[in-house]
Amino acid sequence: MKKHLALRIAQNALAWLLSLFFFVPLLLVLINSFKDRLGAASMSMALPTKLEWSNYAVVIEQGRLVQSFFNSLLYATASTALGIALAALAAYVFARNGSKLNRFLYFFVILGIAMPVNFVTLTKVMQWTQLINTQIGIVVLLAVMSIPFSVFLMYGFVGSVPRELDEAGVVDGCSPIRLFVSIVFPLLLPVLVTVGILNFMGAWNDFILPLYYLNDSSKWPMTLAVYNFFGQFQVNWNLVSADIVMTTLPVIVIYLLGQRYIIAGMTSGSVKG
Amino acid sequence: MRNKLYPSYFAWGTILLYLVFFVVPGVMGFYYSFTDWNSYSDEINFIGFDNFKEMFSPDENYVDFIVNTLNFTVSTVVLKTALGLAFALALNEGIRMKGFHRVMIFMPAIVPMLVVGLIFKSVLNPATGLLNETLRFLGLGFLAQKWLVDAAWAFKSIIAVDTWKGVGYIMIILLAGLQSISKTYYEAAEIDGASAWGRFIHITIPLLMPALVVTTVLNLLHGLKVFEVVYVLTNGGPGWSTDVLYTVIFKEFSMGRYGVGTALSSLLFLVMTVAGYFVIRLMSRQGEEH
Repeated sequence: MKKHLALRIAQNALAWLLSLFFFVPLLLVLINSFKDRLGAASMSMALPTKLEWSNYAVVIEQGRLVQSFFNSLLYATASTALGIALAALAAYVFARNGSKLNRFLYFFVILGIAMPVNFVTLTKVMQWTQLINTQIGIVVLLAVMSIPFSVFLMYGFVGSVPRELDEAGVVDGCSPIRLFVSIVFPLLLPVLVTVGILNFMGAWNDFILPLYYLNDSSKWPMTLAVYNFFGQFQVNWNLVSADIVMTTLPVIVIYLLGQRYIIAGMTSGSVKG
Repeated sequence: MRNKLYPSYFAWGTILLYLVFFVVPGVMGFYYSFTDWNSYSDEINFIGFDNFKEMFSPDENYVDFIVNTLNFTVSTVVLKTALGLAFALALNEGIRMKGFHRVMIFMPAIVPMLVVGLIFKSVLNPATGLLNETLRFLGLGFLAQKWLVDAAWAFKSIIAVDTWKGVGYIMIILLAGLQSISKTYYEAAEIDGASAWGRFIHITIPLLMPALVVTTVLNLLHGLKVFEVVYVLTNGGPGWSTDVLYTVIFKEFSMGRYGVGTALSSLLFLVMTVAGYFVIRLMSRQGEEH
């Protein structure tokens, strides 16, 4: 059955319209980040008459962007590393050593996927642990919040790694730690990359934890800094746009580079294959 | 042997941190819900059900915030599932540059919600926003509304923005589900003379069910925890018409009314954890069958 040409063209046109519908609002910000203040006031799709690179210079200077960029980088990198280490260790033991207790613990940990955080009482815990308004506190919280979903993804993957390799390691006289670090961990690389990228982007995009637990603006990540900048400079959409572009660019770049892994992570566990 | 090779202490650190920062605050919430904990006195007194009485009293509008949260959840679940499925079906056949379109539609899903909120504050501006300008340009000026300002449209706008951001994610999951359905089913049905609609109802939907269950659960969890999109677009306004649970909890927290904030949190915690318990049991059983 050959489809009619007209139908095929209509289908493709519709697909293009959809793509535009999702891309235009993002493009809008990019275009307006290169206009002068007057040009960007109406936030239209008209192209800038000349490229105002100076917007970016102003934003970097006034938005304290350099500092918040490095804060975001610290939070995302450190929490991803910590979260992966914690989740991999737990998922490995749960998947390999299926005692009754471990099965219960696995279930208990992935229940966290559904548990909402009680931010009010978490304040008390943050005070007791001396972590409130500290950078380490944010790193720990981001890492812990990522554990349930990470364990869920890794648990499935560990199950697919053959045990024969473990046994070979034991014959060679590996200690449990060495077995995990030098034999199993490298085999988990695909799932580690997937979970790592997802957690990094999640941490980079996070807004609610610093909103609750960081009142010192020098520790703010990009998201909070941009929000604050918007509050101060609402009338200068050209500057706000430049600020948004710089906050979003890192995740877009990671997304375009690591697309395969991201989609693998998002669809694993939901679709058998 | 198993215990020697895979010692349980490997997981202790993870479990400990998970307990301290995740489970303990949730459980503590149930105690503090019954106290007058606040920022203006150091004493914390037990006050029984007063916080809950306040929440459900007819003079207060807390019930509206719960209704808003449920309304947001149901609306976004329905919209994202229906649109996500439609996009997935469209991209699954007969279109060139599938990969490109997939990247484009999925792009908003990876942009920070805060950024999406700021972009749409501009797009939905009644006077100069891109949406109303486009409507006027197309001669549809009568459709232009005061999107985020007018109470009749503010909540609908929030639902639309959240759907715009999240639908690509749902599409990706459903697309993977569609691609895992073997072609032989469709070929057999075609030989039997089944219509396209018949094939969709009797083959696609049943075989896509596991993926649809997952997307629905993800959307439900996301919907009940909604915060940022409301906080940035309207911060609950106009009036309190678009406030949801998490924005109200943040407002109570900012005002130092910790007892009430905790009571609201605990309500959400109870509902979601109990629901999550059954969902996860259901899913792990599904996983074992395969």
